Amino acid sequence: MIEIENVHKSFGALEVLKGIDLTVEKGEVVSVIGGSGSGKSTLLTCINGLEPINTGRIVVDGTEVHAASTDLNRLRRKIGIVFQQFNAFPHLTVLENVTLALRKVLGKSRGEAEEIAARQLGHVGLGDKLKVYPGRLSGGQQQRMAIARALAMSPDYILFDEVTSALDPQLVGEVLDTLKLLAEEGMTMICVTHEMNFARDVSHRVAFFHKGVMAEIGAPDQIFGAPERPETREFLSNVR
Amino acid sequence: MFNYTFQWRQAFRALPEMLDGALVTLQIAVLSMLIGMTFAVILAVARNSASRWLRAPATAWVEVARNTPALFQIYMAHFGLGSFGIYLSPFAALLAGIAFNNAGYLSETFRGALRAIPDTQIRAGRSLGMGQAQAFRLIVMPQMLRISFLPTMNQTVWAILMTSLGVTVGMNTDLAGVTQDLNARSFRTFEFFALAAVIYYVIAKAVMLASRLAAWRMFRY
Repeated sequence: MIEIENVHKSFGALEVLKGIDLTVEKGEVVSVIGGSGSGKSTLLTCINGLEPINTGRIVVDGTEVHAASTDLNRLRRKIGIVFQQFNAFPHLTVLENVTLALRKVLGKSRGEAEEIAARQLGHVGLGDKLKVYPGRLSGGQQQRMAIARALAMSPDYILFDEVTSALDPQLVGEVLDTLKLLAEEGMTMICVTHEMNFARDVSHRVAFFHKGVMAEIGAPDQIFGAPERPETREFLSNVR
Repeated sequence: MFNYTFQWRQAFRALPEMLDGALVTLQIAVLSMLIGMTFAVILAVARNSASRWLRAPATAWVEVARNTPALFQIYMAHFGLGSFGIYLSPFAALLAGIAFNNAGYLSETFRGALRAIPDTQIRAGRSLGMGQAQAFRLIVMPQMLRISFLPTMNQTVWAILMTSLGVTVGMNTDLAGVTQDLNARSFRTFEFFALAAVIYYVIAKAVMLASRLAAWRMFRY
C-alpha cells in the first residue's frame, strides 16, 4: 500500500505539490491526469524518493520513504518507475539493459538474470531483440524495454511517468497494450498519462491534478462521465 | 645548388641505436599519459567543484596548458624550476612538461564526456536500486570511456611527438635526442632526421590504427 499524506513539495520558490493525500491499495491501477505543471510527474519521483519532499509523508508498505533511516536503494527495488524519456542504457544490449540491475543490485548469477530478462523481454514482445543495442530500436521498442527492465526486478509497484508522451503517435498503441496487459495481471500501478481512453479503460480510479492540488478523484466513469469540479470539466473538454 | 650526396648506409647502420631511442620515447609518452590522465580527472572534478579555491587553480592549469607552447612548458619544468633551485633531470623535466600538457587537454576531454551523458541516466540507475557511485561506475563511466577514448588516443600520439622537444633541455636518450647526437657527429642531417621522421610516423600511425581497432572491438553500439 502506498500512503501519501499531505505532501508539499517546492522547487525553489515554486510550490508544485500543495498538500497531496492519496492512498493506493495493492492491485490497484490509479491514473493521474491533469495539465502540464500540475505536479503529477513530480509526485511519482517523490514516491520512489528520487526527489525530496518539504512536508508531509509518503509511506510504502509501512516504510516512510523520506525518513533519514530509510535505505532508498533497497526500497526502490520494490517500486519500479518508467520514464517519459526511456532512459535506455545505450552501451548495453537490450538483454544487458535488463540484466544489469538483476546482477549488480539483486546479486543474481548471469544465467539466472538472463533467464529472467529473456522472459520479461518476451513478455513485452522483444524476444527477438535481445542482442540488439537500444540505438537500433524504435521509441516504442525502447519504452517496452524500459518496462521490461523495471518489471524484471519484480517490483510490488510500478510508476509510469507519461510513458507514451515522447512516442510517435503510431507507436503509442503498442506501449499502452503492454500497460493494459500488466493491469490485467494485477500489477499495482500509478500512471501519469495524457491518454484519456487508456485512463478510462484500464484504471480503477482516476485522479485529476490541478495546480499542485488533487482536485478530484473517483472511478473513471465518474471522472469522465460526471466530473464534479469545474476545473476537471474544463480540462476534459479541452483534451477531447 | 644541389651538391649534397645522400649517404643512407650510415643512417641505416644507426637504426638499432635509433630504435632504442624510440623505446625511450614510447616510455616517456606512456608515463606522461598515465600521469596526465590521473591529473586530468582531478582537474575535471576540481573545475566542476563549487569551491573557488579548487576551481581557480584547476582553470589556470588548463588555460596555461592549452594556450601556451608545449616547448615553454617543458622549458619551465627544466630551466624555470631550476631558477628556484628545483633541478629536474632532462628526462623528468620532459616527462613533467608533457604530463602537464596532457592533463590540461585531457581534463577538457573528460569534462566534455561527462557533460554529454544526461543526468537521467543516473536517475534510471538509481531507480533500479543502484547507489550513486554504483550507477556512475556501471552506467556513466563506460559511456564516458567511449566518448573520450579516441580523443585520448589522439593526445597519446601528440605526446609521442612532443617528446622530441626534449632535445631543447638536453634529453639525449630518446629518438629525437639520439638522432640529434648522430647528426652532430656526422652532419648527415637529412638522412638521420628523415629516418627518425619515418620512425615517428610509423609509431603514430600504429597507435592510431590500434586504437581504432580497439574502439571497434570495445564499442559495438
